[in-house]
Amino acid sequence: MDIAWRQGGVIEDMAIKPRPDRRQALDETRLRQQVLGEKLRQMFNEVASEPVPDAFLEILRRAEPRGTGDE
Amino acid sequence: MADLPRPAHMDDPVRDAAFKVELVALIPQLRAFARSLTGDATAADDLAQDSMVKAWDARASFQMGTNMKAWTFMILRNQFYSEKRRSWRQTQLDQQASENTLVAIDDPMAPMALDELRLALATLPAEQREALILVGASGCAYEEAAAICGCAVGTVKSRVSRARRALQGILDRGDYVRDGRAAGEAMGSILADAELLSGAA
Repeated sequence: MDIAWRQGGVIEDMAIKPRPDRRQALDETRLRQQVLGEKLRQMFNEVASEPVPDAFLEILRRAEPRGTGDE
Repeated sequence: MADLPRPAHMDDPVRDAAFKVELVALIPQLRAFARSLTGDATAADDLAQDSMVKAWDARASFQMGTNMKAWTFMILRNQFYSEKRRSWRQTQLDQQASENTLVAIDDPMAPMALDELRLALATLPAEQREALILVGASGCAYEEAAAICGCAVGTVKSRVSRARRALQGILDRGDYVRDGRAAGEAMGSILADAELLSGAA
């Protein structure tokens, strides 16, 4: 059956609902975007989790006012 | 590497110490953001260090307790584009040539260290790339990304959306160059991951 009756007599044409192949394409797009998002975060986190080179901390060590350093 | 200036009127050891703790905690993210902008590890660390120097120099203008990540990212981004403009003036490269140089995708050695996603990202317009990195990778809220990029929240949303679609299209078509050849295999590996994810769901 191609049509269904809703309460109140409104006709809903079943044909305007996303067809299974269209729904599948949407699901696949969402899935791809999800994977891309994961990969983007992974790419960023890989760098962020690297040990910080000494040069960065050395800059701040040299900037500390005398007598207030950590060492 | 430049020494940090230390004007006497700014000396507030307690505040400086608190500022330093926050700044140190942000170094990994600054390095990652710089890497995503430059596409080169050495250039990225130079950029991140310069930005850290600028942040330290301007620490008196930072209000403790507010968002230091957005503040430092904004400094780094401004520094990046400032250097890029200077580079353009010096070399008189056109925009496309500069983008290619920046990410070194035509360097036969450099692409070996870059994955498909990084190469595909490099082909996006700069404003889309940074919006996607900020929101999609670094975990910034749209509002933070808008403050960093100096544009409206709606603009960031639009850029992120366009970047996502474009990135997927680029990966689908293999529209980037790796070792002088079109790299059409990227979406295949993405889809393989998607199938794994789908199977796990």
